Formats: sequence, structure tokens, C-alpha cells
Amino acid sequence: MGISIELEVNGASVSKEVEPRLLLAHLLREELGLTGTKIGCDTSQCGSCTILLDGQAVKSCTVLAVQADGSEITTIEGLANGEYHPVQQAFWDNHGLQCGFCTPGMIISCVDLLGTNPQPSEDEIRHGLEGNLCRCTGYHNIVRAVQDAAETMNG
Amino acid sequence: MYPSKFDYHRPSSVQEAVQILSGNPDAKVLAGGHSLIPVMKLRLAAPAALVDIGRIGALQGISRSNGSLRIGACVTYHEIANSADVQAAAPALAEAAGQIGDRQVRYRGTIGGNLSHADPASDLPAAALALGATLHVTGPGGSRSVSASDFFVDLMMTALQPDEILTGVEVPVAQAGTGSAYAKWEHPASGYALCGAAAVVTRGAGGSCTGASLCFNGVSSTAVAATEVAAGLVGSDLSDAAIDSAVGNLSIPDATGDMFASAGYRQELAKVMGARALRTARDRA
Ligand SMILES: Cc1cc2nc3c(=O)[nH]c(=O)nc-3n(C[C@H](O)[C@H](O)[C@H](O)COP(=O)(O)OP(=O)(O)OC[C@H]3O[C@@H](n4cnc5c(N)ncnc54)[C@H](O)[C@@H]3O)c2cc1C
Ligand code: FES
Ligand code: FES
Repeated sequence: MGISIELEVNGASVSKEVEPRLLLAHLLREELGLTGTKIGCDTSQCGSCTILLDGQAVKSCTVLAVQADGSEITTIEGLANGEYHPVQQAFWDNHGLQCGFCTPGMIISCVDLLGTNPQPSEDEIRHGLEGNLCRCTGYHNIVRAVQDAAETMNG
Repeated sequence: MYPSKFDYHRPSSVQEAVQILSGNPDAKVLAGGHSLIPVMKLRLAAPAALVDIGRIGALQGISRSNGSLRIGACVTYHEIANSADVQAAAPALAEAAGQIGDRQVRYRGTIGGNLSHADPASDLPAAALALGATLHVTGPGGSRSVSASDFFVDLMMTALQPDEILTGVEVPVAQAGTGSAYAKWEHPASGYALCGAAAVVTRGAGGSCTGASLCFNGVSSTAVAATEVAAGLVGSDLSDAAIDSAVGNLSIPDATGDMFASAGYRQELAKVMGARALRTARDRA
């Protein structure tokens, strides 16, 4: 029993017939080939599946594709616009990643964080990223990357 | 992980949603999905149908009228925490919503879902109870209102019937002299409340306490009111010493112990968090 949905993913319109139980993370990765979005825990904890749904950071493993019908979605693949998004560049410059598995979700959450709070304190950054777990970096360079991106974006 | 198969309905009105629910005993309401989808993925729940109420216009929005604030069931934590109206009229509720989970969870989870799910460690039940909220419910037979004190029945059990929908929450607007606050001690890994305390305090013209309420999440199977503490505060000068002495009498006979914290530990934690919430509420009164 398929349900027709229409969405805009990284600026392109997408029409699909989906099973109601299809998760948004699986739609993106398996049906649309956008494997930048990762599935880490699959239990709503780690944030590696974070994408922007109508501009808000959400965990795509905990949203049904049918719930996203009519929405605009941005994944890590949609952030760069000819050149890297300032947050992507700042992660590069500050060594804000090691294995890189958490990075797409982490960067999307940072974009959301800086959108709502353009000049976050260190504490606000750590608190603002509590929905994204990183097993490698110990978070210090991620915090530096966010501070650096904030400067670039405000400058 | 996939949930098992289900039919999907997206009604556009509360009436339509209630009709679908009453015709499908195995159907469940889907709001923010941040409790329901995880348990369906783990196959701990396998409803035959989901009724997605997320787009029903009547369940959205926050409005203020006649001394109360009405919050639609599908309003998210993010909206509540950032609403100037809620921050002014019911700071404890804004504070509780702002401390739920993480920013991603707060964009999806809804007040209606949180109260209907009634997880003992959820943050909103104690706030609703302390603030004296009224919950509006619609079923096939019509609409009714339930006070928060009658809504939470037991562990994940509420006064809602399976074919009823929580449509909105009404919270009295704090009058001059009234302050409220929410203080949470969270489990460091899950972020859920080991103990969350919601306090409301009213001061009379002379500065002494004329009304108080202190409620807890996380310490027993359902949100509980510490009536003996509230009674002990009325008439006092609300000094730190008066608050400490009233909270010293706190007793939660059915406090729960689990792998994270014993019942005794939670009981002591409740005294500390209760006193913190009361002090902040007093400073706002
Ligand atoms: C990582 C993570 C961390 C979390 N941390 C916290 C936390 O710290 N504190 C906290 O309080 N919660 C926490 N939660 C739970 C979260 O708040 C959920 O959003 C909430 O428990 C359920 O609300 P929902 O809108 O997502 O409802 P859903 O998941 O859609 O529904 C939950 C239940 O309520 C029923 N229901 C929903 N809406 C209605 C309605 N209007 N009428 C009748 N029945 C209805 C559904 O049928 C279902 O049984 C966390 C969740 C996650 C994934
Ligand atoms: S995969 Fe979605 S939160 Fe971990
Ligand atoms: S860089 Fe490896 S998990 Fe974050």
C-alpha cells in the first residue's frame, strides 16, 4: 500500500510512492542515494542521521517519510554552494572530525544552532550539540570549529 | 530497524481523527513520534494503523485569553520554550519544555504527546500538575475537560480512552505575586529526569506565602504533588530557612528505585530539587 509524497530535497523536487513505515533516513539513503546522512544508533540517540526539515534539525531515523510530505529537506550534500558552507570549512580548518561518521549530523546541528544563536558561548555550543554524539574527537575541536564558523558567518 | 506494517491516516480535523480511531481499535495517534516511533522500531508496539494528527490546524498554536493560556496539543517543546507568552504566564512550563532531550527532540516532540505518553520520567506532567492545568479531550461522544490532577492515573496510564484525543492544554496565567519554576536533575546519559521539580508560589500583599504547589516527575510511577510541603509553606515568609524546613517534611511513600537510582536516593534528590525550584519560583513571585 504505497502513499504518494512530494518533497524538496536539497532544492530538487522529489515525488515518491512509499510504504508508511519507511523512515526518512532510509528514503534519503536508499531511495535517493544521499548516503551522506548516516545511521548510527538507529534508536534516536546519536544524531548522526540529523537533517534539516523545513529548516529545523531533526533526527531522520525518528521521522516517517510520510510525515515529511510537502517539506523542504537539506542534507549534508545540499549545504555546499559552489564552495563549502562556513561550518563545513570550519570543521576542516579546525580538525573538527576524526573518523567523520558523526560529522554530517554534527554539521547540520551546528548550522541549526548558529541559525538560532549566531554568537553562542562555549557552554551554549556544548549544550546545543547534546543531541549529537562523537566517539572520536572529545568535542574540543568541534567546539572550536563552531566558534570559528560563528566568526566567519558574523564577519 | 523498520516498524512492522501499518496503515497510515492523515485526517484534517479532530472529528475525522476520532472517527478513524473509534473504527480501528488497534490504531494509535501519532503526534511528534518521538516516543512512539522508537518503540515501534523496537517492535515493542505494532499498531495496525497510525492516525497522524500533526497537521490538524485546531491542534496548533498558543493563544492567551481570559486569564489563561491555551496551548494546542501539537505545539512542540521548541515553540513552548521560546514563546514569550509561556515564559511570562507559566515560566515553569517554558523551563520544563526547554530542558527536554536535545534540540532535535524539541523540534518534534509535542506537549500533547508528552502528557498522553505519561512516562514517569517525562518533564511536562509535573509542570502541568503544579500549574493546575486543564486538559481538553475529544472523543466520539464529544469533548470534556480533565484537570491535570485527574489525568495521570498510573505508570504510562492516563484518563484518555483509546478513541480520545488530547486537543489542548489550558494553563492559568500567573497573577501578580505568583512565580513558578522547574528544576531538573537529569540522568547523564539519557537526559531524562531522575527527578524534576515544578514549583508555584504566591505571595500576599505582606510578602508571606498565600499559596504553593510542588510536584515531581521521575521519582514515582506518575507525577506526584507534595501536598504536605505546600501546606507547610502557606503562611511562611518564604525565606530559604522556611523553604528548607517545609521541604524537610517531604515524603514520597511510593518513590521508585531502579538500576539508575534507589528510591531513597530519589527521595533525597527530590528535597534538593524541590528547594531549588521553590527558591526560583519565590524570586519570581
Ligand atoms: C533522544 C530522546 C530524548 C528524550 N528526552 C526526553 C526528556 O528529557 N524528557 C521528556 O519529557 N521526554 C523526552 N523524550 C520523549 C519525548 O519528549 C517525546 O516527544 C514524548 O514523550 C512524546 O511526545 P510526541 O509528540 O513525540 O508523541 P508520540 O511519540 O507521537 O506519541 C506518544 C504517545 O502518546 C499518544 N499521543 C500523542 N499525542 C496524543 C494526543 N494529542 N492525544 C492522544 N494521544 C496522543 C500516542 O498515541 C503515543 O501512544 C525523549 C525522546 C527522545 C527520542
Ligand atoms: S541514527 Fe538517528 S539518532 Fe542515531
Ligand atoms: S569523528 Fe568519529 S564519531 Fe565523531
